Amino acid sequence: MHAKFLGKIIRSFTYQSKDNLCRVQMMKSIWFLLRKDLLLEWREKNALSAIVLYVLATTFVIYQMFVVTEPSTWVVLYWVITLFAALNASAKSFIQERSEVHLYYYQLVSPQAMIMSKMVFNVILMTVLSILSTAAFGLLLGFPVKSFQIWLIISSVGSVGLALTFTMISAIAAKARNAGVLMTILGLPLVIPQMLVLVDLSKKALLVLAMKHYTGELMALLSIDVIVIVVALVFFPYLWKD
Amino acid sequence: MKGIYWKLLPILILVYVMIQGFLGEVPQREILHETIRNLYFHVPMWFTMTAMFTVSVVYSIVHLSTQNAKHDYYAVEFANIGILFGALGLTTGMIWAKFTWGAWWSFDPKQNGAAVTLLIYLAYMILRNSIDDNKNRGRVSAVYNVFAFSAMVPLIFIMPRLVDSLHPGAEGNPAFSGYDLDGNMRLVFYPAVVGWILLGIWMTDLRFRMRVIKDKIYESRF
Repeated sequence: MHAKFLGKIIRSFTYQSKDNLCRVQMMKSIWFLLRKDLLLEWREKNALSAIVLYVLATTFVIYQMFVVTEPSTWVVLYWVITLFAALNASAKSFIQERSEVHLYYYQLVSPQAMIMSKMVFNVILMTVLSILSTAAFGLLLGFPVKSFQIWLIISSVGSVGLALTFTMISAIAAKARNAGVLMTILGLPLVIPQMLVLVDLSKKALLVLAMKHYTGELMALLSIDVIVIVVALVFFPYLWKD
Repeated sequence: MKGIYWKLLPILILVYVMIQGFLGEVPQREILHETIRNLYFHVPMWFTMTAMFTVSVVYSIVHLSTQNAKHDYYAVEFANIGILFGALGLTTGMIWAKFTWGAWWSFDPKQNGAAVTLLIYLAYMILRNSIDDNKNRGRVSAVYNVFAFSAMVPLIFIMPRLVDSLHPGAEGNPAFSGYDLDGNMRLVFYPAVVGWILLGIWMTDLRFRMRVIKDKIYESRF
């Protein structure tokens, strides 16, 4: 029984490499699902436009309330807004389509392909969003960060991590009754370590520092991402089957 | 009646810990004074909580492979008792902090990490309550339990070590590690850890059996 379970885990890794045909199938189905999501998004534009408006509205509210912000406050506000934007953006990943549609996908693609495609989609969405909110913040509240390149690296690594974690959480929350509220209470405490590292990194970016001062924490964030992806690949199949 | 004898062990150990813990000799130190006795009660709470959460996540993974409801019940009850011990650890720590650090809560990374861990596990319980289907509930919450455990490890064991902390064991504060070397205290502390963990297992066992009986009653009714 346990040997069988272990075999399942090992197979979920080797699945792609053992058999060339399988790998092609996997990449193909990820691309197929991703293209479907992107196409739907392009036609209806509901996720992106809602999130963009969300970021603009909250930035404007903050601008009206603060007018001028301290650099350290700026950083914290940026991450709070990005956090909630990521939460809202990825909440819809699995509840957007009806469960019958998921039953249909279930017969066509492997669960690993499904979760990977959703993760890639959310990562794309969040990267676009982080650039947009940097622009909105820079326009209204000023840009206290010294180096633009370093800020771009920090904010994109941060939003990738948030997108990955929240995609997995939304897969869990989608199975429960009140998915919206659950998303918040399941997700927020889990990303606290990431958020603390991100705020610390961003506060460093307010000073003039060489790249080597950031690498340690950036590596920590990337290793969290790797853990999330591995856990998702191993455990998502159990979530998806009904 | 079977399996009742091992339950004498936590009773005996904890009676010994109580008597020796409150009446025994302790080294007198600056700031700490008699609060050093908290070592017997506060620290074993965290040992027990970690043990309970670890067993819980193991049962969750086993449940995913076997789909046996009993493994799910063990997972949730170990997590429940873990939350109880975590809350007790937080409370004993806060009382101790009031007398040594001067405040109940002082934005210490260890306090924050412990509080967030409890939030995560409480969310696990809420997740369970909001899934109606029995089979789904076990599976989905088992997956979340894996996430909860992998968040607990950095929150309690890694992050507090990276930043300054008032807590004993960090720089700039009378640390327990120095006092632990006191042979008398070790004689009480190690049994205390074993005793509290055994008590936790006993409590889990009781709650698990209650759950099974409730299931039977429910089944006989419908």
